[in-house]
Amino acid sequence: MLKVEIWRGTEEGRYETYEVPSQPSQTVLDLVTFVQRKLDPSLAYRFACRVGVCGSCAMTVNDTPRWTCRTHVQKVVERGRVRIAPLRNLPIVKDLATDMVPFFDKGQEAKGRFIPSDAAATSVAEISPEDPKRKEADAAIECIGCAVCYAACDVVSWRPEYLGPAALNRAWTLVSDARDSDRIGHLQAVADDAGCHACHGHQNCVEHCPVGINPTRSISGLKRLVLMAAVRGRL
Amino acid sequence: MKRLELWLYIAQRASALVLAPLVLLHLGVILYAVAGGLSASEILGRTRSTWMWPAAYGLFVVAAAVHAAIGLRVVLREWTSWRDRSLDLATLGIGLVLLLLGLRAVQAIA
Repeated sequence: MLKVEIWRGTEEGRYETYEVPSQPSQTVLDLVTFVQRKLDPSLAYRFACRVGVCGSCAMTVNDTPRWTCRTHVQKVVERGRVRIAPLRNLPIVKDLATDMVPFFDKGQEAKGRFIPSDAAATSVAEISPEDPKRKEADAAIECIGCAVCYAACDVVSWRPEYLGPAALNRAWTLVSDARDSDRIGHLQAVADDAGCHACHGHQNCVEHCPVGINPTRSISGLKRLVLMAAVRGRL
Repeated sequence: MKRLELWLYIAQRASALVLAPLVLLHLGVILYAVAGGLSASEILGRTRSTWMWPAAYGLFVVAAAVHAAIGLRVVLREWTSWRDRSLDLATLGIGLVLLLLGLRAVQAIA
Protein backbone atom coordinates (compact mmCIF):
# COMPACT_ATOMS: atom_id res chain seq x y z
CA MET A 1 0.00 0.00 0.00
CA LEU A 2 1.12 3.52 -0.81
CA LYS A 3 0.17 6.56 1.19
CA VAL A 4 -0.87 9.20 -1.33
CA GLU A 5 -1.31 12.75 -0.05
CA ILE A 6 -3.37 14.88 -2.41
CA TRP A 7 -4.10 18.60 -2.24
CA ARG A 8 -7.84 19.25 -1.84
CA GLY A 9 -9.36 22.69 -2.21
CA THR A 10 -8.29 25.84 -4.01
CA GLU A 11 -5.66 28.33 -2.77
CA GLU A 12 -7.06 27.47 0.65
CA GLY A 13 -7.08 23.77 1.32
CA ARG A 14 -5.27 20.82 2.88
CA TYR A 15 -3.64 17.52 2.02
CA GLU A 16 -5.80 14.42 2.36
CA THR A 17 -4.19 11.02 2.62
CA TYR A 18 -5.44 8.03 0.60
CA GLU A 19 -4.25 4.43 0.58
CA VAL A 20 -3.60 3.10 -2.91
CA PRO A 21 -2.41 -0.45 -3.72
CA SER A 22 1.09 -0.53 -5.16
CA GLN A 23 1.46 -2.03 -8.66
CA PRO A 24 4.39 -2.66 -10.96
CA SER A 25 5.04 0.10 -13.55
CA GLN A 26 2.42 2.31 -11.88
CA THR A 27 2.50 5.99 -12.83
CA VAL A 28 1.64 8.97 -10.65
CA LEU A 29 -1.37 9.58 -12.90
CA ASP A 30 -2.48 5.99 -12.14
CA LEU A 31 -2.48 6.85 -8.43
CA VAL A 32 -4.64 9.93 -8.95
CA THR A 33 -7.00 8.04 -11.25
CA PHE A 34 -7.33 5.22 -8.70
CA VAL A 35 -8.26 7.71 -5.99
CA GLN A 36 -10.82 9.43 -8.23
CA ARG A 37 -12.38 6.20 -9.55
CA LYS A 38 -12.38 4.10 -6.37
CA LEU A 39 -12.07 6.32 -3.31
CA ASP A 40 -13.34 9.85 -3.89
CA PRO A 41 -15.15 10.77 -7.11
CA SER A 42 -15.15 14.47 -6.13
CA LEU A 43 -11.39 14.74 -6.81
CA ALA A 44 -10.66 17.15 -9.69
CA TYR A 45 -7.66 16.65 -11.97
CA ARG A 46 -6.83 16.92 -15.65
CA PHE A 47 -5.42 14.49 -18.18
CA ALA A 48 -6.06 13.40 -21.75
CA CYS A 49 -3.57 11.27 -23.74
CA ARG A 50 -1.79 9.34 -20.93
CA VAL A 51 1.28 8.93 -23.15
CA GLY A 52 3.21 12.19 -22.79
CA VAL A 53 1.95 14.01 -25.86
CA CYS A 54 -0.84 16.35 -24.79
CA GLY A 55 0.74 18.16 -21.84
CA SER A 56 -2.42 18.18 -19.67
CA CYS A 57 -1.47 16.12 -16.64
CA ALA A 58 1.42 18.08 -15.09
CA MET A 59 1.32 18.30 -11.29
CA THR A 60 3.69 18.88 -8.41
CA VAL A 61 4.92 15.49 -7.20
CA ASN A 62 6.93 15.49 -3.96
CA ASP A 63 7.63 19.22 -4.47
CA THR A 64 8.82 18.77 -8.08
CA PRO A 65 6.81 19.67 -11.19
CA ARG A 66 6.41 16.61 -13.42
CA TRP A 67 4.30 15.08 -16.20
CA THR A 68 2.43 12.54 -14.14
CA CYS A 69 1.52 10.13 -16.97
CA ARG A 70 5.18 9.41 -17.67
CA THR A 71 6.45 9.47 -14.09
CA HIS A 72 6.76 6.07 -12.48
CA VAL A 73 5.81 5.97 -8.83
CA GLN A 74 8.90 3.89 -8.15
CA LYS A 75 11.06 6.83 -9.25
CA VAL A 76 9.52 9.38 -6.89
CA VAL A 77 8.15 7.50 -3.88
CA GLU A 78 9.75 8.39 -0.56
CA ARG A 79 9.27 5.94 2.33
CA GLY A 80 5.98 4.69 0.87
CA ARG A 81 4.57 8.21 0.42
CA VAL A 82 3.79 10.35 -2.58
CA ARG A 83 2.60 13.93 -2.16
CA ILE A 84 0.70 15.40 -5.12
CA ALA A 85 -0.23 19.07 -5.50
CA PRO A 86 -1.31 21.33 -8.37
CA LEU A 87 1.35 23.14 -10.42
CA ARG A 88 2.96 26.21 -8.86
CA ASN A 89 2.65 29.76 -10.30
CA LEU A 90 -0.88 29.18 -11.64
CA PRO A 91 -4.29 29.80 -10.03
CA ILE A 92 -5.93 26.65 -8.71
CA VAL A 93 -9.39 25.81 -10.07
CA LYS A 94 -9.97 22.88 -7.73
CA ASP A 95 -7.75 20.19 -6.18
CA LEU A 96 -5.11 19.26 -8.80
CA ALA A 97 -6.56 21.26 -11.70
CA THR A 98 -4.92 24.63 -12.34
CA ASP A 99 -6.21 27.48 -14.47
CA MET A 100 -3.87 27.42 -17.50
CA VAL A 101 -5.21 30.68 -18.99
CA PRO A 102 -2.35 32.94 -17.76
CA PHE A 103 0.15 30.46 -19.19
CA PHE A 104 -1.46 30.35 -22.64
CA ASP A 105 -2.10 34.11 -22.64
CA LYS A 106 1.62 34.68 -22.23
CA GLY A 107 2.24 32.57 -25.31
CA GLN A 108 0.18 35.14 -27.21
CA GLU A 109 1.80 38.11 -25.45
CA ALA A 110 5.18 36.78 -26.56
CA LYS A 111 3.74 36.72 -30.10
CA GLY A 112 4.27 32.99 -30.16
CA ARG A 113 2.50 32.47 -33.46
CA PHE A 114 3.77 32.12 -37.01
CA ILE A 115 3.43 35.31 -39.10
CA PRO A 116 3.17 34.46 -42.80
CA SER A 117 4.30 36.84 -45.53
CA ASP A 118 1.61 38.98 -47.18
CA ALA A 119 1.68 37.54 -50.66
CA ALA A 120 0.31 34.08 -51.31
CA ALA A 121 3.20 31.68 -51.58
CA THR A 122 4.01 30.80 -55.14
CA SER A 123 6.42 28.06 -54.21
CA VAL A 124 7.25 25.92 -51.23
CA ALA A 125 10.09 27.34 -49.11
CA GLU A 126 13.05 25.05 -49.30
CA ILE A 127 14.72 24.68 -45.93
CA SER A 128 17.49 22.21 -45.42
CA PRO A 129 17.31 20.22 -42.17
CA GLU A 130 21.06 20.95 -41.95
CA ASP A 131 20.54 24.72 -42.00
CA PRO A 132 22.00 26.08 -38.71
CA LYS A 133 18.97 28.32 -38.06
CA ARG A 134 16.63 25.41 -38.68
CA LYS A 135 18.62 23.29 -36.25
CA GLU A 136 18.17 25.98 -33.58
CA ALA A 137 14.41 25.95 -34.16
CA ASP A 138 14.22 22.15 -34.24
CA ALA A 139 16.00 21.87 -30.89
CA ALA A 140 13.25 23.93 -29.26
CA ILE A 141 10.16 22.99 -31.23
CA GLU A 142 8.84 19.88 -29.48
CA CYS A 143 7.24 21.74 -26.55
CA ILE A 144 4.02 20.05 -25.41
CA GLY A 145 2.79 23.09 -23.45
CA CYS A 146 2.59 21.26 -20.12
CA ALA A 147 3.67 24.32 -18.06
CA VAL A 148 6.17 22.27 -16.01
CA CYS A 149 8.88 24.85 -16.84
CA TYR A 150 6.53 27.68 -15.91
CA ALA A 151 5.87 26.07 -12.52
CA ALA A 152 9.58 25.40 -11.98
CA CYS A 153 10.65 28.97 -12.77
CA ASP A 154 11.56 31.12 -9.76
CA VAL A 155 11.51 34.31 -11.82
CA VAL A 156 7.81 33.67 -12.59
CA SER A 157 7.16 33.28 -8.87
CA TRP A 158 8.92 36.60 -8.14
CA ARG A 159 7.58 38.54 -11.12
CA PRO A 160 4.16 37.20 -12.06
CA GLU A 161 4.14 39.27 -15.27
CA TYR A 162 7.28 37.53 -16.61
CA LEU A 163 6.45 35.69 -19.85
CA GLY A 164 8.15 32.51 -18.70
CA PRO A 165 10.29 29.82 -20.35
CA ALA A 166 7.69 28.16 -22.61
CA ALA A 167 6.41 31.39 -24.22
CA LEU A 168 9.93 32.70 -24.81
CA ASN A 169 11.09 29.34 -26.14
CA ARG A 170 8.21 29.41 -28.63
CA ALA A 171 9.19 32.94 -29.72
CA TRP A 172 12.75 31.68 -30.30
CA THR A 173 11.52 28.93 -32.66
CA LEU A 174 9.78 31.63 -34.72
CA VAL A 175 12.69 34.07 -34.98
CA SER A 176 14.77 31.06 -36.04
CA ASP A 177 12.24 30.17 -38.76
CA ALA A 178 13.24 31.50 -42.19
CA ARG A 179 9.59 31.43 -43.36
CA ASP A 180 8.33 33.79 -40.64
CA SER A 181 7.97 37.35 -41.95
CA ASP A 182 7.96 39.42 -38.76
CA ARG A 183 11.25 38.80 -37.00
CA ILE A 184 11.41 42.32 -35.53
CA GLY A 185 7.80 42.02 -34.33
CA HIS A 186 8.69 38.83 -32.44
CA LEU A 187 11.75 40.52 -30.91
CA GLN A 188 9.70 43.57 -29.90
CA ALA A 189 7.20 41.32 -28.13
CA VAL A 190 9.90 39.74 -25.94
CA ALA A 191 11.97 42.91 -25.37
CA ASP A 192 9.48 44.36 -22.88
CA ASP A 193 9.87 44.63 -19.13
CA ALA A 194 8.50 41.12 -18.60
CA GLY A 195 10.43 39.64 -21.50
CA CYS A 196 13.62 37.70 -22.09
CA HIS A 197 15.93 40.00 -20.11
CA ALA A 198 14.14 39.16 -16.86
CA CYS A 199 15.56 35.59 -17.08
CA HIS A 200 18.41 34.92 -14.65
CA GLY A 201 19.57 31.75 -16.34
CA HIS A 202 18.88 29.55 -13.29
CA GLN A 203 17.94 26.69 -15.65
CA ASN A 204 15.17 25.24 -13.51
CA CYS A 205 13.21 24.99 -16.76
CA VAL A 206 16.00 22.95 -18.35
CA GLU A 207 16.21 20.70 -15.30
CA HIS A 208 12.48 19.92 -15.29
CA CYS A 209 11.41 19.97 -18.94
CA PRO A 210 9.99 16.47 -19.53
CA VAL A 211 10.83 16.46 -23.25
CA GLY A 212 14.40 17.65 -22.79
CA ILE A 213 14.13 21.15 -24.26
CA ASN A 214 16.60 23.81 -23.10
CA PRO A 215 14.51 27.00 -22.78
CA THR A 216 17.39 28.87 -21.10
CA ARG A 217 19.40 28.43 -24.28
CA SER A 218 16.49 29.73 -26.37
CA ILE A 219 16.07 32.73 -24.05
CA SER A 220 19.81 33.48 -24.27
CA GLY A 221 19.44 33.49 -28.04
CA LEU A 222 16.58 35.98 -27.78
CA LYS A 223 18.60 38.19 -25.40
CA ARG A 224 21.41 38.29 -27.93
CA LEU A 225 19.16 39.12 -30.90
CA VAL A 226 17.15 41.73 -28.96
CA LEU A 227 20.37 43.37 -27.78
CA MET A 228 21.78 43.55 -31.30
CA ALA A 229 18.51 44.88 -32.70
CA ALA A 230 18.34 47.53 -29.96
CA VAL A 231 21.92 48.67 -30.52
CA ARG A 232 21.19 48.99 -34.25
CA GLY A 233 18.06 51.02 -33.47
CA ARG A 234 15.72 48.46 -35.01
CA LEU A 235 13.38 47.93 -32.07
CA MET B 1 11.40 55.94 -21.14
CA LYS B 2 10.87 53.49 -23.98
CA ARG B 3 12.46 50.09 -23.37
CA LEU B 4 13.95 51.24 -20.06
CA GLU B 5 14.44 47.64 -18.89
CA LEU B 6 16.34 46.70 -22.02
CA TRP B 7 18.73 49.64 -21.77
CA LEU B 8 19.27 49.00 -18.07
CA TYR B 9 20.10 45.40 -18.97
CA ILE B 10 22.62 46.60 -21.54
CA ALA B 11 24.14 49.12 -19.10
CA GLN B 12 24.37 46.38 -16.46
CA ARG B 13 26.29 44.06 -18.83
CA ALA B 14 28.48 46.83 -20.22
CA SER B 15 29.45 47.99 -16.72
CA ALA B 16 30.23 44.37 -15.75
CA LEU B 17 32.56 44.18 -18.72
CA VAL B 18 34.41 47.25 -17.45
CA LEU B 19 34.40 46.05 -13.83
CA ALA B 20 35.85 42.58 -14.41
CA PRO B 21 39.43 43.64 -15.34
CA LEU B 22 39.39 46.57 -12.89
CA VAL B 23 38.44 44.30 -9.96
CA LEU B 24 41.35 42.01 -10.87
CA LEU B 25 43.67 45.01 -11.09
CA HIS B 26 42.43 46.28 -7.73
CA LEU B 27 42.91 42.89 -6.03
CA GLY B 28 46.38 42.63 -7.55
CA VAL B 29 47.33 46.07 -6.24
CA ILE B 30 46.06 45.17 -2.75
CA LEU B 31 48.26 42.07 -2.65
CA TYR B 32 51.22 44.03 -3.97
CA ALA B 33 50.69 47.03 -1.69
CA VAL B 34 50.39 45.17 1.62
CA ALA B 35 53.57 43.19 0.92
CA GLY B 36 55.73 46.21 1.74
CA GLY B 37 53.65 47.44 4.70
CA LEU B 38 50.81 49.93 4.43
CA SER B 39 51.36 53.64 4.81
CA ALA B 40 49.62 56.73 3.49
CA SER B 41 52.76 58.07 1.88
CA GLU B 42 53.42 54.79 0.10
CA ILE B 43 49.84 54.64 -1.27
CA LEU B 44 49.77 58.30 -2.30
CA GLY B 45 53.24 57.99 -3.78
CA ARG B 46 51.93 55.32 -6.10
CA THR B 47 48.56 56.83 -6.99
CA ARG B 48 50.04 60.27 -7.65
CA SER B 49 52.89 58.94 -9.75
CA THR B 50 50.78 58.86 -12.91
CA TRP B 51 47.38 60.11 -14.09
CA MET B 52 46.48 56.53 -14.99
CA TRP B 53 45.75 55.46 -11.39
CA PRO B 54 43.09 58.13 -10.75
CA ALA B 55 41.71 57.49 -14.27
CA ALA B 56 41.44 53.74 -13.63
CA TYR B 57 39.81 54.24 -10.23
CA GLY B 58 37.51 56.94 -11.63
CA LEU B 59 36.30 54.48 -14.28
CA PHE B 60 35.96 51.83 -11.57
CA VAL B 61 33.74 54.13 -9.50
CA VAL B 62 31.48 55.04 -12.44
CA ALA B 63 31.07 51.39 -13.48
CA ALA B 64 30.43 50.27 -9.88
CA ALA B 65 27.80 52.98 -9.32
CA VAL B 66 25.93 52.02 -12.52
CA HIS B 67 26.24 48.29 -11.87
CA ALA B 68 25.26 48.35 -8.20
CA ALA B 69 22.26 50.63 -8.65
CA ILE B 70 20.76 48.57 -11.49
CA GLY B 71 21.44 45.30 -9.69
CA LEU B 72 19.86 46.55 -6.48
CA ARG B 73 16.79 47.66 -8.43
CA VAL B 74 16.39 44.17 -9.90
CA VAL B 75 16.78 42.50 -6.49
CA LEU B 76 14.27 44.84 -4.83
CA ARG B 77 11.75 44.39 -7.63
CA GLU B 78 11.95 40.62 -7.34
CA TRP B 79 12.13 40.21 -3.59
CA THR B 80 9.78 42.98 -2.42
CA SER B 81 6.53 44.45 -3.70
CA TRP B 82 8.28 47.78 -4.40
CA ARG B 83 7.75 48.26 -8.15
CA ASP B 84 6.70 51.82 -8.94
CA ARG B 85 8.47 55.01 -9.98
CA SER B 86 9.71 55.63 -6.42
CA LEU B 87 11.90 52.53 -6.70
CA ASP B 88 13.49 53.88 -9.89
CA LEU B 89 14.18 57.20 -8.17
CA ALA B 90 15.50 55.54 -5.00
CA THR B 91 17.94 53.32 -6.88
CA LEU B 92 18.99 56.26 -9.05
CA GLY B 93 19.69 58.12 -5.78
CA ILE B 94 21.76 55.18 -4.48
CA GLY B 95 23.75 55.20 -7.72
CA LEU B 96 24.42 58.92 -7.38
CA VAL B 97 25.50 58.58 -3.73
CA LEU B 98 27.93 55.79 -4.68
CA LEU B 99 29.22 57.91 -7.55
CA LEU B 100 29.78 60.98 -5.36
CA LEU B 101 31.43 59.06 -2.51
CA GLY B 102 33.64 57.19 -4.96
CA LEU B 103 34.68 60.24 -6.94
CA ARG B 104 35.48 62.05 -3.69
CA ALA B 105 37.82 59.21 -2.76
CA VAL B 106 39.41 59.29 -6.21
CA GLN B 107 39.92 63.04 -5.87
CA ALA B 108 41.69 62.44 -2.57
CA ILE B 109 44.27 60.10 -4.08
CA ALA B 110 44.76 62.07 -7.30
